[in-house]
This record gives sequence, structure tokens and C-alpha cells, in this order.
Amino acid sequence: MSQLLIEPSPHIRCTLTTQKVMLNVLIALLPAVIAGTWLFGLRALVLVVLCATFCVLSEWLFNKITKRKQTISDLSAVVTGVLLGLNLPPSLPIYMAAIGCFAAIVVVKQFFGGIGQNFANPAITARIVLMLSFGRYMTTWSAPIVGSLTSPDAVSSATPLAAPDVMPSYLDMFLGIRAGCIGETCIAALLLGGLYLIVRGLIDPVTPVAFIGTVALCALVGGHDVPMQLMSGGLVLGAFFMATDYSTTPLTRRGKLIFGVGCGLITSAIRFFGVYPEGVSFSILIMNIITPLIDRYVRPQPFGAKVKKTPRKNREAVQ
Amino acid sequence: MKLNSIKIPHLKKSASLRTVDIKLPEKVIIAMSQHGGVPCKPLVSVGDEVKTGQLIGDTDAVMSAPIHSSVTGKVTGVTTVLNVFGNVHEALVIETVPNQVLSDEIAPPVINSRQDFIAAVRKSGSVGLGGAGFPTHIKFSYDPGSVKIDTLIINGAECEPYITSDHRAMLEESEKIIDGAKQIKKYLDIDRAVIAIESNKPDAIEKLSGLAAGETGISVVSLPPAYPQGAEKVIIHSVTGRVVKKGELPSSVGCIVLNCSTAAFISDYLRTGIPLIKRRITVDGNVVNKPKNLIVPIGTRACDIITAADVRTAPDRAIVGGPMMGITFYDEEMPTTKTTNSLLLFAETKKPHHTACIRCGRCVRACSMGLMPTELERAFELKDVERLKKLDVDLCMNCGACSYVCPAKRNLSEKNQLAKMYIREQASLKR
Ligand code: SF4
Ligand code: SF4
Repeated sequence: MSQLLIEPSPHIRCTLTTQKVMLNVLIALLPAVIAGTWLFGLRALVLVVLCATFCVLSEWLFNKITKRKQTISDLSAVVTGVLLGLNLPPSLPIYMAAIGCFAAIVVVKQFFGGIGQNFANPAITARIVLMLSFGRYMTTWSAPIVGSLTSPDAVSSATPLAAPDVMPSYLDMFLGIRAGCIGETCIAALLLGGLYLIVRGLIDPVTPVAFIGTVALCALVGGHDVPMQLMSGGLVLGAFFMATDYSTTPLTRRGKLIFGVGCGLITSAIRFFGVYPEGVSFSILIMNIITPLIDRYVRPQPFGAKVKKTPRKNREAVQ
Repeated sequence: MKLNSIKIPHLKKSASLRTVDIKLPEKVIIAMSQHGGVPCKPLVSVGDEVKTGQLIGDTDAVMSAPIHSSVTGKVTGVTTVLNVFGNVHEALVIETVPNQVLSDEIAPPVINSRQDFIAAVRKSGSVGLGGAGFPTHIKFSYDPGSVKIDTLIINGAECEPYITSDHRAMLEESEKIIDGAKQIKKYLDIDRAVIAIESNKPDAIEKLSGLAAGETGISVVSLPPAYPQGAEKVIIHSVTGRVVKKGELPSSVGCIVLNCSTAAFISDYLRTGIPLIKRRITVDGNVVNKPKNLIVPIGTRACDIITAADVRTAPDRAIVGGPMMGITFYDEEMPTTKTTNSLLLFAETKKPHHTACIRCGRCVRACSMGLMPTELERAFELKDVERLKKLDVDLCMNCGACSYVCPAKRNLSEKNQLAKMYIREQASLKR
């Protein structure tokens, strides 16, 4: 008889793998990539593809230099690259994008231990880094090459958040015919991708619903144009694809609800009171930072036991 | 409150086949520990002749059940076996003779009281046949003055893939299951018995419902097939909605949970007096040509069952128990025990590809005990005993649901068992 293998139970596993999860996220991002190409031309596509390539290269090199096991086959670097690409203005110089990729993968992800270990979303953080370093380039949005469907003569050069007086129509906004980052403008494509992730059970709808819902509520209370607020900036892209990032957001559903509402509140505060026209990236980053705290205190109810919330040290002090 | 659960493929290929008796093996190896309790002392020595059903191992310890010879033959040796709990125990090797006869000791028990009944159950050698192997008489020996049991749950969930031994028992020994429930109800004075079956066994539900209709206080409930439906705390919750507090027994919420095959055995024993010496086991896996259920004498070696199973190629992995909670073994001489409900044989095993945890939260959503397996794994890696305790690692029942759903293929349930061991070690070091 042959050698019998010894292994811990369970002896069967589901077919989902890390790689398949990432592949599904890429599939979900595809509509946004296609829409970005349609709206902003081939250069946009090139930028997104280059970002993915830079990210994979950075991870490969980092693992090589630090003599770690290669991890690029899990596809998470590709996801980060595509996400970062979609978060960039179509005309951004390539070298700046490359710096962003390096920051995302090496500084934000690999320095903290690689996949699943980073506390901040790599694409978001890279976008913020680029914004702070190359503010002018990061806020220069070229107009889409597709003309407005509703008012064919209008030139939509500024994003509606920065220049509220040249408002595109709701339909143009929904289809993405406005200036903005490559992947954030086409709401239709983003919803399609987001829906795909929800249907496949890969993201919990509670995060985007809480995030977008909170912004809607704040806009309503503040007397702003609600549909316009929801469709502008990076809200939909952020809510469906970045606020749902596994590594940097809470594990539990209640935690995700808190996360989404928090993002919505911070985004609204920045949008309506802050100096920056757009708060989505900052809000997600801030909530990323408090995620470990949420995860520590928002736990599922253990069966037949009390949730122990009080940190040990305090309890001893009380006793 | 709805408990978390997972969906797993049922793969119950042997469900529609009648159970067959295995050919009498040439020898059996009967371990002096058939369950998690205190091991027995052998009452016979090498060279002794034994008859089927003869008492061959016993102890005064409470947390134990006596052991009987499953065959007629001669004790030819004393050896040691590694049981599924990882402990090494003494075992008797008995070579069989063609002429199998019942021991003269065997007689139906005379029962006039609750005490007589519990004593008889102990004498029968009964342990939970579902896999955990808790001595049955211990479940019954509560103090009726302080503990009120109102529900006897007969567990026919059988939520593990492949295994159909309980399913076949429910079909082939339906009357005995009903009778067993009736007897236990009567002697222990329990109001109602509920036979709980996963809805993927409609034939068993139908048959038992039909029989239960003629009885008072016995009912059948159909439970959704959701792993781990058959786990004690989970099935109590599914049937009664009651929550067994951490560290407490089912009796604290007025329940006793008994596997359906155990109930059938008790009925049998009360009628015939033949102790627990054989059981039904499922043989399946991707190298088994004809998956089926076999009645095997306790102590039958795995190799004899593999021979009876008609395998395509030599397996590279053999599991006692189900694929979720069962245990791999490497020695084909390994004997079956009272708790062996299945033997699964696989080949061409693909090793899962592990990555770091991606924090997808699937394990958290899978855990019916409301634990956070990924956080537990991290706490265990940091050897943070305080945090492990705070995260209630001791609630983990090793059901494997978390590891099953993990895309990163982390061995989460295994880590929890190691963590529990580590905590015990640390505690004993302190003492
Ligand atoms: S299921 Fe696996 S990858 Fe997902 S959170 Fe749990 S341990 Fe991490
Ligand atoms: S093995 Fe333990 S932690 Fe994992 S799902 Fe089962 S009870 Fe929960």
C-alpha cells in the first residue's frame, strides 16, 4: 500500500481561492476600464495597464530583493494597479503614475507585510501621495473625448465639484461624460461592476449602501443637489471598490456599517466645509486607520457567551 | 437569532443502498479506550478464549463505558493503538474462529426503575455513535431533583458529506429508533422526544414521521441542511431555540441530545441484552468503486474494510469520520472503534494553495459559534493567551467550517485546537 498522508481537518475545501477573488475584482473593474477608454481615449487605457504592470513589477522586485516567496500570482498587485490607474486623471505623466505604484505596493503594502497585512488602502494612499506631491497634475482633468449627449456644445472641462456653475446633466453624469479621473466618472459602469461583486458574494452591500446613503442624507440636509453629489467625485468608485477592500476595512457586518457611515460623514464634511473639493479618498484613509479599533470592539456575539469588550488593563484598574 | 452556517456538497452516494454485513475478519483489535473518557482495564489475558458479547474490559471510573468482545475467538496478543484523540492505548488482539457464538452472559436487562435503566445502559457499553463517543449513561445520570429535562433530541442531522450510516439506520431501524426514544422518555420521565433530521433525507423524515404519528410525545422535525447542523449546541438551538451557555451542558437548557443510531442500539439492547459490539459504517471516497454501508464488528482493522470496499487504486489519504471533522490515519492496521461512523479513502489529493489571510471575513460569517477565526489565528501566532481567551477560543468545536470557506486556505480550525492546547499547557505550567 502507498504512503498515507496526514493532514489537519477539514479535508475538503471550497473552490474559492485568493487568486479567484482578485480575478473577480478585476472582472468587476472591467466595465470601468472600458468606459474610461471610451471617455478619455487610448491614453487612459495605456495609463491603467501601465499602472498594473508597475505594481506587479514593484511587488516582484520587492519580493526578489528581500528574498521573500513570490506573491504576484495572487493578482492583488494587478488589482491595486488597475484601481490606482482608475483613480488618476487621464493626462497624468507616466513617471508620476510609476511613483504612485511604487508607493502603493512597496511603501503601503509590502512594508507592512504584504497582502492582507496593510492597514491603509494602497491605491487610495498612493492617490493621496500623488495629490500632495503633484497637486497641479492630479487636479488637471482633461475633458472627455465623447461629447455631451444632452447639450452637445458644452465643454465640460472642470469637474462639477470644483466648478459648480458648469453643471453637466444627470444623464451625462451617469454615463461619465464629464471631466474627472479615468475610472470614477462612468457611474453606470461602476454600478455594473459593484453589482457583480455583490451578486458573487464577494463584497457586502452594506458598505457602499451606508457610504453613499450617508452622503445622500448629508447632501439632503445641507440643501445640496443630491443626485449630483452622489454621481460626482470618486464616491461611487470609492464606495464600491475601495471602501470594500478586505484588508483595510472591518471584518464584521456591523463594523462595515460603521465604516460606511464614517466614510460618508467625513466625505460630506470635507465636501461641504473643507478646502478640498473631494473627500472620498481622505475619508476612506481615515476610516482605514480606525479599522483595527472597530474590529477590536465590534465583534459578533459569541454563542452563549458575553462579548468581552473591556480591555484587560482597564478592567484590572477598575477592580 | 439565526446561527451562521455554510453550504457544503452532500456527496451522499451510499444513501440508497442497503447495509451489508462485512465478512468475519480474521482478527480484530479492540482498544481499551473507545471514547474520550477513562480507558478500561482488560479482564482477559493472552491465550483466553472469548465469546461474542463477553465483557473484556471495564473500569470503576464513572466517565467510561465497558468493552465487550465483538467476536468469538482467542486473545492472541496485547498491543497498543493510537486513538483518534491522539492518545496511545492498550488493545487486545483477538483471532476469530469460524463458529461464532454468543456469550452466556447475555440476557435482556431487568428494569424496574430509573436507576436500573441507567445501570443497564452503562452495562451495554453504549457511547454516542455519532462520532464524539460520550458515554450514554453519563448523559442520563443527571439528578432529576435539580435538573429538569423536557426534551430528548434524537440527532439524525448527519450533516457531514459522504456519511450515510445514520441515514441508513433511520431507514433500516426506524422502529428501533422510535422504540429507543420511547424507552428513554419513559424511564427518564422526559416530556417529549424530537427526532431532528436534515431535509436532504426526505425518505427518513417520511418513514419516521409515519411511525411517530402513532406515538404520544414523539415528533419529527426537518432541519435545513446547513453545516454544522448536527453539532450538539447547534441542533439544540435549531430544535428549541435555546442557547447552551459557554461551559455548560445541554441539560442546563433541559435537553439531552442522542444520536439516532444510539437510540436504535438502546432499543436493541433492552430487548436482547447484546451489548455494543458492532456498528454501521459508511465506506466512500474517490477511490471506492461502490460506496456503501457495512456492519462491522468493533475492532475491525481498516485494511479489512478497505478490502471490502473494492478500491480502484491505493488511497493516498484515509479518513476516519467525515471529511469536515474526521481524522487522517497512516496505519492500515488501525482498528475501528465504537465511534467510527465512516471510513473515507481518497487518491490524487491536491494540496490547497495557501496565501496570507486577505481578511475577507468569510470565516467570521461561517462560524456558528460567533467566533472570529482569523483574529484567533493571529492571536495564536502571537501566543497571546489573554486575547485568545477574550475571543472565546474554547467555544470552538473544530467543525472546520471556517477553514472550508477560507479562500486563503488557512488551517483556521486546526489553529484553534492548537491554541486550546497551548492555553492548557500554559495553565499547567503556572501551577
Ligand atoms: S476566511 Fe481566510 S482569508 Fe478570509 S478572513 Fe478568514 S482567514 Fe482571512
Ligand atoms: S472550527 Fe471553530 S472557529 Fe471554525 S467555524 Fe467551527 S466553531 Fe467556528
